[in-house]
Amino acid sequence: MNKPLRRVAMAMMAMIVLLLANATYVQVIRADALRNHSGNSRTLYQQYSTPRGQIIADGKLLASSEPTDSERFKYKREYANGPAFAPATGYFSFVYGRGGIEQAEHEVLSGTADSLALNRLQRMFSGQKQQGGNVELTLNPAMQQTAYDQLAGSGVRGSVVALNPQDGSILAMANSPSYDPNRLASLSSDKQQQAWNELREAPRDPLVNRATSTLYPPGSTFKLITAAAALETGKYDYNSKVTAKSSIKLPKVDAQLPNYGGSTCGTMPTAPLWEAMARSCNTAFAEIAGDIGEKKLRETARSFGFGQDLNVPMGVAPSSIGDIENQAQLYQSGIGQFNVRMTPMQNAMVAAAIANDGKVMKPHLVEKTLAPDMSVLDSTDSEELGQAVSPDIAQTVRDMMVKAEQQAGDEGKISGVQLASKTGTAEHGEGKDPHGWYVAFAPAENPQIAVAAVVEDGGNVGADATGSKIAAPVARAVIRAGLQGGG
Amino acid sequence: MAATSTNPDNREAPGGPGTGKGTGSATSTTPTRRGTELVLLAFATVVVTCALTLVNLNLESQPPNQILYYGVAFLALFGLAHLAVRRWAPYADPLILPLVAFLNGLGLVLIHRIDIGNAAEAERAGDAFSPAAPSQVFYTALGLVLLALVLVFVRDHRTLAKYSYTCGLVGLVALALPAVLPSMIAPNINGAKLWIKLGPLSFQPAELAKILLLIFFASFLVSKRELFTTAGRRFLGIDLPRARDLAPVLVAWAASIGIVVLERDLGTSLLFFGIVLVMIYIATERAVWIAIGLSLFAAGCLAAYSLFGHVQQRVDAWLNPMTSDSGYQLSEALFGMATGGIGGSGLGGGRPAIVPYAKNDFILAAAAEELGLLGLAALLLVYLLLTARGLRAALAVRDSFGKLLAGGLGFAMLLQVFVIAGGVTGLIPLTGLTTPFLAAGGSSLVGNYVLVGLLLRISDASRRPQQPSKPQPQQPPIAEAHTELVERPR
Repeated sequence: MNKPLRRVAMAMMAMIVLLLANATYVQVIRADALRNHSGNSRTLYQQYSTPRGQIIADGKLLASSEPTDSERFKYKREYANGPAFAPATGYFSFVYGRGGIEQAEHEVLSGTADSLALNRLQRMFSGQKQQGGNVELTLNPAMQQTAYDQLAGSGVRGSVVALNPQDGSILAMANSPSYDPNRLASLSSDKQQQAWNELREAPRDPLVNRATSTLYPPGSTFKLITAAAALETGKYDYNSKVTAKSSIKLPKVDAQLPNYGGSTCGTMPTAPLWEAMARSCNTAFAEIAGDIGEKKLRETARSFGFGQDLNVPMGVAPSSIGDIENQAQLYQSGIGQFNVRMTPMQNAMVAAAIANDGKVMKPHLVEKTLAPDMSVLDSTDSEELGQAVSPDIAQTVRDMMVKAEQQAGDEGKISGVQLASKTGTAEHGEGKDPHGWYVAFAPAENPQIAVAAVVEDGGNVGADATGSKIAAPVARAVIRAGLQGGG
Repeated sequence: MAATSTNPDNREAPGGPGTGKGTGSATSTTPTRRGTELVLLAFATVVVTCALTLVNLNLESQPPNQILYYGVAFLALFGLAHLAVRRWAPYADPLILPLVAFLNGLGLVLIHRIDIGNAAEAERAGDAFSPAAPSQVFYTALGLVLLALVLVFVRDHRTLAKYSYTCGLVGLVALALPAVLPSMIAPNINGAKLWIKLGPLSFQPAELAKILLLIFFASFLVSKRELFTTAGRRFLGIDLPRARDLAPVLVAWAASIGIVVLERDLGTSLLFFGIVLVMIYIATERAVWIAIGLSLFAAGCLAAYSLFGHVQQRVDAWLNPMTSDSGYQLSEALFGMATGGIGGSGLGGGRPAIVPYAKNDFILAAAAEELGLLGLAALLLVYLLLTARGLRAALAVRDSFGKLLAGGLGFAMLLQVFVIAGGVTGLIPLTGLTTPFLAAGGSSLVGNYVLVGLLLRISDASRRPQQPSKPQPQQPPIAEAHTELVERPR
């Protein structure tokens, strides 16, 4: 009987090997898929059982985890001044997932990132409780607060993005309307559901991060790109004579393209390019676009970042010029109408590139990631996306923007600081009040802040709204907050 | 037959290293290795106590000095079992008892840990809750007492063969009892009719029936071996057994189907059939029985699947744990195991109580979550080691009945581990079997202690130095013999 007994012993060994192989499959090979499975409540409880890391900006606590009395959820996510900072922090909900930095830096905040592996080990052996890492943002809290207050305080919808032109750090990124992430972080799923449904049903999508995701017609702010493209061809310079007509006929179609308010571009039959920019003359820039051609316009737009994937770390919708089928459409595109669409982030990048000698810096929101003990894990290096235009051309456009600022109204002007700016008033459909744009950087000679502000649908002004009336005061307040450290 | 003849030898055998040394007798050349057993028991106690300490550190369940008492009590309990082995089975395999102590101790820690989790859940839901660990401690003690009683009363395992038909009958009745009793006494719990409930006591007669039927089969097969080896017709180069010799297999098969139908218990059915099959194979050394058995098994599976809704449910839950209505338990177990990963969440660091019946059927999933793949692998290897010691005793023991019984007992335990571990890890459809020594449940624990008692007895017989059948008088060397005293043998 010993032979079959030995065989049975071998079979027993094989059975255990089979069990081990299957356990390895479940616990190692399939483990990630199972851990991330939507039905897995353990992962959820896990996230609430250790304190999630903080989100901070310039020493100000934006998001933190506070202990609770609940058995199931040991910590609750709290957002100081939630709506103002929501576009950056995002939300952390166990029903609806995560958004913003909560999503983009989830691994650091939850403590599961590879960069925290050593830290986890240390904590395990020293008997400390596990804890998530922290994320420090590039935001300037005063500017962010000002941007939000400017928009939400006056009840208008829109968005503001402020960048540091030299390194691309995002100084402000505010939206209106916004939402309170605290409501989505409630420990009651009923309350979360209620908040979520209200936000989903609310008009004007408060959950959408307008700064990065909404594509607006840029209006006259796009003339910066048309001008840069024209200067790049070498056929144009600061003083080039361009048409000063109050209205021109669009090629091959029976339609006119007028200047704003039907005015001429100065008193002469022609105007220098800088004056066309300062007065934002549609006729001149439409003809320039027609002259330099679609290819050149696209090329220059692309060098400023159009059509490119960008993560800051949240994804930015690619801006685009849209399809152009004929010369008339090219004329319109040259002044930022027709199918040209830009995010506030992209428009801020254009201003920042001009301010930074033509160099486009990659916008980024995360300054550094920190271990639970606040030692630095990783800091973001500034990254150059490319040279959009030469430093000379950037200087020329900058000079034009200084002239433009003199035409852009006085509201909210900052005494003693020279701004370079461009306004825009974008028509977006019959019977709708225009979007007002204002892109700027300051100080003009030594730029530290580049801003793009958009106020939707005429703001509080209605049909007469212009960028200088509704968007400029918002952006100037943000710049003032940045330069002077207060509202 | 042999019981009376070997009994006096037991008394004379050296009780251990202390008493059996240096007498120069033939028996002292085989070490009893009881000292090894004691050291290993102490080691198991240390591991179990450390495990309890970890649970306590993570969940802050009780004052730390309490744990020391528990550790001492645990060692004392198994120390008594050790003394019983030392007294009544001195040559028994020294690994078996420590391995069992390790499994039982870790099981107690896990049950206690799941108790804490369940208590928190019950408190939130406002339900009453009673912990399972205290009764498991009681059944551990009872099991150890029964183990000692097995060693005391079964001085020679061959005695059991004498009672084989009694065992077989009692076993069959015990197996069938819950099915035929009215549901007042044998309630239907979770779809299976396996328990007998008398007042506050409830037990699963199948656990006892398993051992009794094993004894019967071992004895039956030994006495009827030649029947099974008689070749029938040759077909396709295979010697088929005669049709009438198939009867025992067919009876076992029919009984297994009966269990599925009447008691709705796939696990027990699978276990019984597997044991019978392997025992026939060991007895006859003919693989054709395995082939016949597996074909019957396959046919039975197909029939059960097409006929019974509860079988279809199980299969559906196995194939689609995430989407099936009845797959909640398995999917939660898989989530738990995945969350545990390689190293586990640490004892007290996971959430094994999410899985329904975590301390019974799914205790291996709890172990896999908190101790990780490494812990689960260690547990499975301990089971392999434990059952392999049983097979080792089977190989070494001299009589056929002992071989067959030890082989059957060892294989039975491992098959049970395979069926339940495979079930909770999604390898095979889930069937309700208990994890030996680990899972909460009195009948299973007590039954397995009886099983281990028998293994200890057989391993003792296998290592015991062979006693001469009659004491031989010392013969003086031939050279010194007085020639005139030589006698002609009669």
